[in-house]
Amino acid sequence: MKIVILGAGQVGSSVAENLVSEANDITVVDIDAARLRNLQDRLDLRTVLGSAAHPSVLVEAGIEDCDMMIAVTQSDETNLVACKLAQVLFNVPTRIVRLRATDYLSNERVLSPDCFDVDLAICPEQILTDYIVKLIEFPEALQVLEFAHGKVSLVAVRAFQGGPLVGHPLKDLRKHIPSVDTRIAAIFRGDSPILPEGDTVVQAGDEVFCLAATQDIRQVMHELRRMDQAVKRVMIGGGGNIGLRLARAIERDYAIKIIEYDKRRCEVLSTRLDRALVLQGDLTDEGLLEAENVSDMDLLVAVTNDDENNIMSCLLAKRMGARRVVALINRRSYVDLLQAGQIDIAISPAQATIGTLLAHVRRGHITRVHSLRRGVAEALEAVVHGDRDSCRCVGRRIEEIDLPKGAAIAAIVRGDKVIMAHHDTVVLAEDHLIVFVTDKKLLPKVEKLFEVSAGFV
Amino acid sequence: MVRPFPVLHVLSVLIVVFALAMLLPLCVSLLYGDAARYAFEKAVLITFVSGATLWAVTRSRQAELQTRDGFLLVALVWTVLPAFATLPLLMYMPELDFTDGYFETVAALTTTGSTVLSGLDKLPPSINLWRCELQWLGGMGIIVLAVAILPLLGIGGSQIMRTETLGPMKDTRLTPRITETAKGLWLVYAALTLACALVFKAAGMGWFDAVVHAFSTLSLGGFSSHDASFGYFDSPAIEAVGVFFMLIGGINFGTHFLAFRKLSLAPYRSDPEAGAYLALVAVSALGVAYFLFANQVYPSFWTALRHSVFNVVSIATTAGFTSTDFNQWPIFAPVWMLFLCCFATCSGSTGGGIKMIRAELMVRQALRELMSIIHPRAYLPVKLSGQRVENNIIFAVLAFMLIWGGSVVAMTMLLLASGLDIITAFSAVIVCICNTGPGLNLVGPAATYAALSDFQTWVCTVAMLIGRLELFTLFIVITPAFWRK
Repeated sequence: MKIVILGAGQVGSSVAENLVSEANDITVVDIDAARLRNLQDRLDLRTVLGSAAHPSVLVEAGIEDCDMMIAVTQSDETNLVACKLAQVLFNVPTRIVRLRATDYLSNERVLSPDCFDVDLAICPEQILTDYIVKLIEFPEALQVLEFAHGKVSLVAVRAFQGGPLVGHPLKDLRKHIPSVDTRIAAIFRGDSPILPEGDTVVQAGDEVFCLAATQDIRQVMHELRRMDQAVKRVMIGGGGNIGLRLARAIERDYAIKIIEYDKRRCEVLSTRLDRALVLQGDLTDEGLLEAENVSDMDLLVAVTNDDENNIMSCLLAKRMGARRVVALINRRSYVDLLQAGQIDIAISPAQATIGTLLAHVRRGHITRVHSLRRGVAEALEAVVHGDRDSCRCVGRRIEEIDLPKGAAIAAIVRGDKVIMAHHDTVVLAEDHLIVFVTDKKLLPKVEKLFEVSAGFV
Repeated sequence: MVRPFPVLHVLSVLIVVFALAMLLPLCVSLLYGDAARYAFEKAVLITFVSGATLWAVTRSRQAELQTRDGFLLVALVWTVLPAFATLPLLMYMPELDFTDGYFETVAALTTTGSTVLSGLDKLPPSINLWRCELQWLGGMGIIVLAVAILPLLGIGGSQIMRTETLGPMKDTRLTPRITETAKGLWLVYAALTLACALVFKAAGMGWFDAVVHAFSTLSLGGFSSHDASFGYFDSPAIEAVGVFFMLIGGINFGTHFLAFRKLSLAPYRSDPEAGAYLALVAVSALGVAYFLFANQVYPSFWTALRHSVFNVVSIATTAGFTSTDFNQWPIFAPVWMLFLCCFATCSGSTGGGIKMIRAELMVRQALRELMSIIHPRAYLPVKLSGQRVENNIIFAVLAFMLIWGGSVVAMTMLLLASGLDIITAFSAVIVCICNTGPGLNLVGPAATYAALSDFQTWVCTVAMLIGRLELFTLFIVITPAFWRK
């Protein structure tokens, strides 16, 4: 597939990085030559220097015969203009646009075909905010993902000594909580995945992925570790786009302190926030943290633009007594270095945000993709169409479906019902399948399964 | 630099228009065939001729007004027009001296509603109408009216209008053109007054009383054509109508204007003051009712509630009508009512006092100071309806409060020095500077200001003027820097 990516910022780069490995022809457009050079040095793609909203630049980037345009520059307006140009002048079939301002999203007509005609609008900051909000709601989880409009959730939990199931085989789960239908989708021990069987024994330190109806999630987590107290006090480090969104999303339910270094940004924050307390200062300033009682914080979320600052402030806060610390870390090597160490959760924004985008890029009828474990594994939601002849899933029992080893169908959402997959469950047309893939390399094979063959129209 | 001649030229036009305003009571006088006809005829003539002469003299010097001229114009309008307004009173009642007459018309134009006259019921209808018409004109503001109907103020009109509008933040424009804004405000004001008159009639008043009371209700003035004020009617229905329209008069007319234009109640909800104002008045009315009942002032709770609601609303909105002599109540109730009148009404309303918005800003500023001691590094903006309020506005409000407090203390001292008791002196200054009306003791609801000496009357007159023009406009004119070239 030929793809033009506008903007080589954090989102643009990580999208490019992900797509380039999946055999796509990628051209990246940006106004910053240094960024482009950096990208070209690392990845096998073409770059064009210039403004993404200028038709001549777009032509140079080969927009006329591309299959997809992904506009992820810093500016909403540039993205929208590029999208409209791509549709009117160049007939680009698929146009994905990153939009920050909620104003554009609040009126449906702005994105409709008679206006800017956007196929998919993504807001990475919003996705990250939702991700962190979930972590605050479920303080025990490492990651919480929702499928089928929030009916089903997948949580990653680290098993701790003291959880009723720890040290026992998985089949005991049904005895412990008979009323709850749940499924352990995968277990990671160290870095190696284990596809769970009934007699797999959960050990302390395992990272367990469980799938259950959203209202049952807490009970399932309770099996794996004792529950923490609910979060009440949250300190947010960094009042950038993510910090502000996060504070706005949760300021009604939690006591929030937000620390920002830039004085003018502090004024903006204090104007836009009603209840959160805006503090001016350095996040790694021990005196400030102490004065603001970091030791009583249930959670510190460091979301500045600076990886090192986030890491250091989290380490500092943890040493000073903060209960849990979450750091936003862009560099993948740092993430792997720090997860499960002093820092409770390291979030990689690129991995957290590009799932939605990837779902759109891929073929088949995949409606949702979530990256797990820093992009090593993925959970995806796919809709199956057709019948027994045209599709390789429909009308078959789960055990009949030719899934590659390392992939498993975890659950089926049929209408409003959530069905945990068993070997003899039969897949029907229009079912949403939630599939767990422990290795990303298996993805192309899995995607093929959900395609409807050419004969079916 | 201030240029007196262009200012006088504009003033001359306003005087001529003011002469036309006297035609209304003159018509009423002809209609009722009352004794004040000649007084009004002469007054119209004198006013008109004075205005026309001034106009002719200053015609060659006319020029567009600057902001600074505006202060002088407003100061002159509010001191000169009451003088002309006294003419009919002085000519009809030769025994009335100028000091008392001027006090009466200043009390009318500033919507204070304190009176030196007694035997109102026996006055000719035209005189009563004139008093209440003055209140109505003063309620929304003479300059606002001038901007609405006279093109002569031009672009400078917006700055000049600001000097007369009440409240700390005067920059919100309702329409792109200032003339349209002024017209809109007056239209809403007139429409509400008409509605009020009709409902008064329906509730049992005669036509004349309905019109006169509608004038003084919407303007939160408080003049009545009866000595007993609303007590004369002794009708719960009429009192309820009065309470309703007084509450309306205490809300920002800009908000009324938006509500009229959009035909929805949403503007009231987003108004930063209306909610606090209504809640405060409602809670106070209930509290005072319970207080009166508990102290056995009234035998039944419902009677206590009826008198409490009417008088609390009337004093808190700075109207100053009375339905009973609240001076007889235990001292807490009337003092609490005086306290309310200092700040209950909204900015941009026809009410007086500090205004709710300033009170809100002060409370928030105080809380901010407390918070900043606990969190020295915190950014704590003062906000109203989600909007940040700039520090310079807070400073302006602080300065206003300081001068306001200083004025109250200074004038109370003057009245004390002249021999009044503390309760009379203090309450008189408060009700005059807040443009309310009846105070306590000697100037209580059952008495009039006629008992005051000339000196005391002049102190009260000045208090009413500086209260109506929110201090700065009058004070700025007497600073030397204002006149320096």
